[in-house]
Amino acid sequence: MPEFNVNSGFLYAITAVVIVFVLAQSAFFLVRAARRAKALGITGATIRKTIFSSSLFSIAPAVGILLGVITLSKFLGLPLPWLRLSVLGAITYELPAATTTANAMGLSLSEAITDPSAYSAIAWVMTLGIIPGIFLVLFGLKKIQKGVVSLKGKDPKWGNIFMSSLFLGMISAFMGMLFADVRKGLPGLIPIAVALSSALIMAICGILIKKCRLAWLEQYALPLSMLGAMAAAIPITALMG
Amino acid sequence: MKNRSYEESVHFYGRIWVATGIFLMLMMPVSICLYYDAWPNMAHVFKGLLGVAPIFWTVGIIEVFTYAPMLGTGGTYLGFITGNLTNLKVPAALNAMQAAGVEAGEEKGEVISTIAIASSAIATTLVIALGVLLLGYLQPVLESPVLKPAFDQILPALFGGLGVVYISKNWKLAVAPLVFMVVLFLAVPSLASSVGILVPVGALVAIGAARLMLKKNML
Repeated sequence: MPEFNVNSGFLYAITAVVIVFVLAQSAFFLVRAARRAKALGITGATIRKTIFSSSLFSIAPAVGILLGVITLSKFLGLPLPWLRLSVLGAITYELPAATTTANAMGLSLSEAITDPSAYSAIAWVMTLGIIPGIFLVLFGLKKIQKGVVSLKGKDPKWGNIFMSSLFLGMISAFMGMLFADVRKGLPGLIPIAVALSSALIMAICGILIKKCRLAWLEQYALPLSMLGAMAAAIPITALMG
Repeated sequence: MKNRSYEESVHFYGRIWVATGIFLMLMMPVSICLYYDAWPNMAHVFKGLLGVAPIFWTVGIIEVFTYAPMLGTGGTYLGFITGNLTNLKVPAALNAMQAAGVEAGEEKGEVISTIAIASSAIATTLVIALGVLLLGYLQPVLESPVLKPAFDQILPALFGGLGVVYISKNWKLAVAPLVFMVVLFLAVPSLASSVGILVPVGALVAIGAARLMLKKNML
């Protein structure tokens, strides 16, 4: 029997296979979509800008995910959190999944697991808890998209309003969340202040794009607002925290 | 005709990739069990699942209905396998479509969304991989108390900028769900941990209010 260790070479090997799979799938879809975009008359410059700005935008949230991997790694080692957060995972799910299972087994989260069957129990919960949505994508997406297409075809005006409403539903849920800690006084207002500074940077970018015709800025406005507001969060927290 | 063939081919290949992805995901715990001959106690798995599955299965299923129309077909097949939808893939796709001046639900929107999600997935995977490899050097920096406030505020920093664009573009549609959500969170702050389930609630409020305003010719 191979000796169990949360950072064993075997676990790294499994992780590597999955990571390569994710990269391959992304590259496959990227190449096909870029080809189709060209056929639809989207310029190469727009495609390149989309690739570059989406990658740039992803860096800060990716570092946030990396912090999640580090948090879980004290308990689960590096490979499992790395793998779970690279495929279908989200720290908002993986952390409670790991902790509830650990609690059920009476394990402490502060030291690395030594019992392989406890480790596999956690791996199962982290996997099974997140899988139904992806089965729905596999078997139901075609029908869902047909519904969207027919909605747009029947009444284009309502179709557009419907789409915007979906976006705004998501955005308002997260906007509302900013107000969750308001009762805690000044420190509870930090998220609002940070969101406002992000909104302000975005508004300035918007003015520059329109008034100064800085069209290139359009692609970088979101990464800029986000990084600027994250940087602003440091003094804001120092002042209000 | 050509148009349809692209859409059809995305479904065809998308399903193959997703099915392979599900297989690989399930093989991870299976191979751990086989290699270490360590089958878990089913009661523990069940207890763990009981704590998370009811809410996350619901959120997971609702997410498909909410995000699929926004992300388009290719974006959905890819985004749901690579994960981190709300904090990464959906904002990346929305931002890219907005910047390129294309609409979600149209074919140009579909391809731009797919390109954005694919680039975001590759960048994220590489950043995490690099971070894990260089962990010894990075950990003290990333976990330093100076930077902590910045990483604590990723979501407000993201949704502030994204919000101002969409709210100013559709402010009439935005009023009802925004007021609803702010009041809801002020009344029940503990909901912050289940914000995922509130996304479709917000969408329903927005759709309901839009329907009403459309009838009264306010849009």
